[in-house]
Amino acid sequence: MHRLSIAVVAALVAALTVVSLSAAAHQRTHAKHHHPHRIVSLSPTVTEDLFAIGAGRQVVAVDNQSNYPKRAPQTSLSGYDPNVEAIANFHPDLVVISYDPGNFASQLRQLGIKVVFEAAATNLKEAYREILGLGRLTGHNRGANAVVRSMRRHLAAIVASVPTTRRHLRVYHELDPTYYSATSQTFIGSVYKLFGFRDIADAAGGTGGGYPQLSGEYIIAKDPQIIVLADTKCCRQSYGSVSTRPGWGTIAAVEHHRVVTANDDVASRWGPRIVQFARTVARLAKQD
Amino acid sequence: MATTAGRAEAAPAPTPRVEARGVGLRTGLVTLAFLIAALAVGLAVGPVHVGIGSILRSALSYVPFLHVQQPLGAVDHAVIWQLRAPRVALAALVGGMLAVAGASYQGVFRNPLCDPYLLGVAGGAGLGATLAIVYASAATAGSTWTVPLAAFAGAIAAVVVTYALGRSVGATHMTGALVLAGVTMATFTAAVQTFVQQQHTQQLQNIYSWLLGGFSTATWHDVAICAPYIAVSSLVLVLHRRVLDVLSLGDDEAASLGIDVPRARLAIVVAATLGTAAAVSVSGLIAFVGIIVPHTIRLLVSTSYRAVVPLSLIAGAGFLVVTDVVARTVLSPAELPIGVVTAFLGAPFFAIVLRTSRAVR
Repeated sequence: MHRLSIAVVAALVAALTVVSLSAAAHQRTHAKHHHPHRIVSLSPTVTEDLFAIGAGRQVVAVDNQSNYPKRAPQTSLSGYDPNVEAIANFHPDLVVISYDPGNFASQLRQLGIKVVFEAAATNLKEAYREILGLGRLTGHNRGANAVVRSMRRHLAAIVASVPTTRRHLRVYHELDPTYYSATSQTFIGSVYKLFGFRDIADAAGGTGGGYPQLSGEYIIAKDPQIIVLADTKCCRQSYGSVSTRPGWGTIAAVEHHRVVTANDDVASRWGPRIVQFARTVARLAKQD
Repeated sequence: MATTAGRAEAAPAPTPRVEARGVGLRTGLVTLAFLIAALAVGLAVGPVHVGIGSILRSALSYVPFLHVQQPLGAVDHAVIWQLRAPRVALAALVGGMLAVAGASYQGVFRNPLCDPYLLGVAGGAGLGATLAIVYASAATAGSTWTVPLAAFAGAIAAVVVTYALGRSVGATHMTGALVLAGVTMATFTAAVQTFVQQQHTQQLQNIYSWLLGGFSTATWHDVAICAPYIAVSSLVLVLHRRVLDVLSLGDDEAASLGIDVPRARLAIVVAATLGTAAAVSVSGLIAFVGIIVPHTIRLLVSTSYRAVVPLSLIAGAGFLVVTDVVARTVLSPAELPIGVVTAFLGAPFFAIVLRTSRAVR
């Protein structure tokens, strides 16, 4: 009796294994045909992610802000003020968005188009999760895994290269010349947290959804030791323009020339290029 | 006295009282005291704490032959004299200008809802600033002059077009036509501005923070740019306060009292517009000051422009300085857009003005 039941269980297990294996195999071949091959990306970060993981050839159109990589098929499509008809005109089988004004996504879905929403990441973990998700979605799991692994490895090395004495610098991240900044609750803030920097915008708390406008006098009094300008493209800010602002000459970051002129785009996205950004920040942090 | 009689014959319906008195000494002193208190608070209060005593001694150290030691360190000194002081000065200039311009427009157009942006100043300035932010070449973009100059030019251009449009209707319906032309102009410039903005969403943040207005990045340079215009404009308007009283009776009555109505109106409109354009070009669009302040004076002091014009100038300056203190302290160290503060205080106030509008002209 006992032996019989063991045999039955073994047979059942074997049968189930065969069934599930064949099902998985079937699914894999099946899925291969169903990976989207006409992707429209309306998010500059998603565009960068897709090309980094090797899904670039499946992308037929990207929005007007997706300026990287160069080979991305940039169109006049807008991600801020999207036009459903213009998007449908590309006959996409997948539209990826990071902003959903009105009932734009549901309108696309009514047309039978798959829509995936990738919200703005607020830390590296979320950014990695989005890259891996895009990998699964497009059939580039390995590419996505490789990108995330490389990001993790490089960021760890970059942070480790900064001596511990420079790990607690007071940082001021500037979004525009009227002193809009970013707190630790934002993606870019989480990168500073990685270094151990103290973000002076944190005192503003949740004001402005993590992007508060700081008082000029507060910035001067806080005396940041490193300043990151993410308004070099939009507003042509530079070390020169910052150092001539009234009262800014006394700031430690200005005195020690620790003013990072970042690429606005890289600093406002949550894609793989954040590694380059971190490298520039690290170089300035190490500088004497 | 004769003016009151003339008014009563021409339009007996709701008779707003025109008082023959100007500003009483006591009222003047109280308003002036409010401004001085506002300036003091403006200089003393902010995200960075500096004692009022040290600020005072620091100010005295600049007076020659007094030999007062500079008590402030480099940082505090920069905070007070390079950041906070120009901010207070600019808020005072802009607030005074907007209030006095609002009062004058209300008088010229005999409409209590008129504000300094009536003739398209705001729309024109917004469009000018947006174009400068979006299209300024690399050579000019770094300059602190580009955006204010473009805003100023946009404001003046919009008002010139509005005036030409209003004038084409003819002198008899001039005031009504001007108001309509102003609305048309505002709508049109807003449409163009929104279009340009939509085409350059990467500059949205910049454009938006300009439109919201404020003094968070005020410098002495800004003060120097706008001060001459504001000084001349407000002087012209204050000198026209009696003319405004007469104009408020109606064009025919004013003409019969020997006033060259088209010329007086043009002088007032040009002065108010020029000053407003200068104010807007350095501060962005700040709502409601031009309505709240003159109406407060009317409710509390007198409906005569001899009181309303000079008192609006002083009280408007004080009001915006106080509003700016709220804007920079309530969420400190974050800033609140000043337009939010003025409108937040202004909207409920406006409801009161409407409810009691029988007392207001």
